[in-house]
Amino acid sequence: MYEGVVQDLIDELGRLPGVGPKSAQRIAFHLLQADPADVRRLTEVLTVVREKVRFCERCFNVAEDTECRICLDVKRDQSFLCVVEEPKDVVAIERTREFRGRYHVLGGAISPIDGIGPDDLKITELVRRLGEEPIEEVILATNPNLNGEATATYLSRLLRTMGLRVTRLASGLPVGGDLEYADEVTLGRAFEGRRVVDA
Amino acid sequence: MATYRDVGIVLRTHKLGETDRIVTMLTRGRGKVRAVAKGVRRTKSRFGARLEPGMIVDLQCYEGRSLDTVTQAEMLAPYGEQLVRDYGAFTAATAMLETAERLSEEHEAVPQQFNLLAGALASLAHREHRPELVLDSYLLRSVSIAGWAPSFVDCAGCGAAGPHRAFNLASGGAVCYSCRTPGSAAPHQETFVLLAALLTGDWTVADASDDTARREGSGLVSAYVQWHLERGVRSLRLVDRSSSHLETTR
Repeated sequence: MYEGVVQDLIDELGRLPGVGPKSAQRIAFHLLQADPADVRRLTEVLTVVREKVRFCERCFNVAEDTECRICLDVKRDQSFLCVVEEPKDVVAIERTREFRGRYHVLGGAISPIDGIGPDDLKITELVRRLGEEPIEEVILATNPNLNGEATATYLSRLLRTMGLRVTRLASGLPVGGDLEYADEVTLGRAFEGRRVVDA
Repeated sequence: MATYRDVGIVLRTHKLGETDRIVTMLTRGRGKVRAVAKGVRRTKSRFGARLEPGMIVDLQCYEGRSLDTVTQAEMLAPYGEQLVRDYGAFTAATAMLETAERLSEEHEAVPQQFNLLAGALASLAHREHRPELVLDSYLLRSVSIAGWAPSFVDCAGCGAAGPHRAFNLASGGAVCYSCRTPGSAAPHQETFVLLAALLTGDWTVADASDDTARREGSGLVSAYVQWHLERGVRSLRLVDRSSSHLETTR
């Protein structure tokens, strides 16, 4: 145990995800020994991020204004809407540079065991967007785990009646991997989603 | 460290660190086991897909002080993958997995609970009966194995031969006129017949039941289970009963 503010700093750092007591202590002493200008810059960024960053009113991605830069970009294709669980999934898809449509962030996935049902996600807002915007295809890009798949099943059942094209991201073998090490579920899905090879 | 091998049903998972998960399983030989599965959240993980809730796996773990570590997992039955394609079946399965977690203790093997859960998941995955009926049957039988078997014919209080008209949670099911206490429910006779059929596994009677009896029965089963567990089962609130019109394979 340290005295006063040093212990307070360790305690606060220890509340961050993935930071245990030892790591919190190491970061605290790093900050104590760091250049005061660096520490000041960090505190300013932390203050600004809490004050300025909010969720986009349209897609619920992180934004610095009422709408995020993707929703404000008129060059994006408005006929495609990609539905993801978290804002960090938007970043992952943007890195591919394959998708030029817009996004809708649900804020999680259906997880009954954690008490999270469809009403706890931004599904009502999604349905409202589909009625207001010229969207032709909804791409369900939830995580390929049980809760993500259940969320996609729920959404496809809900959206089926709206006359939209509803698609799901393909699952299959990771690029650079060996077939013999693939698990049955992934390999099964790869077979299910196989495509014709162009000559 | 000592290693062991067992067959387990994955009940739930929690994220741990960057790429790991804590997996809670109901095993045949060791009861509830909590183990760390390292790197399973990476897309290149060799057994990440096998350790999703609802999957039955052949496990190899090594014992740790508080948590074990999964070293190998081979798929025995990919029920989770099949269940997720039907939202009603998924929500029913989740309620079963949560109940199994509540009813089981670490390192206390109850093979009957394991077999019951494996059978119920198989029935849901193969769509043999409607999901809500499978769930209610599982709930009644699992609490019976745990020592809280309800009675739906004879009086749970004095044993007087039934049928009776009242149902009391605290007494343990149907109660006669003399044993009936204030606050007892008075369900339809068809509901008692359905609940007795679900408890004994008489699927001919259960499949032929009507919606009113099912709805009333589900409410009683849910209240009965949660009263004995002394805590709410969160998934029960989210069970989707709108898919009950779906055709089953029977």
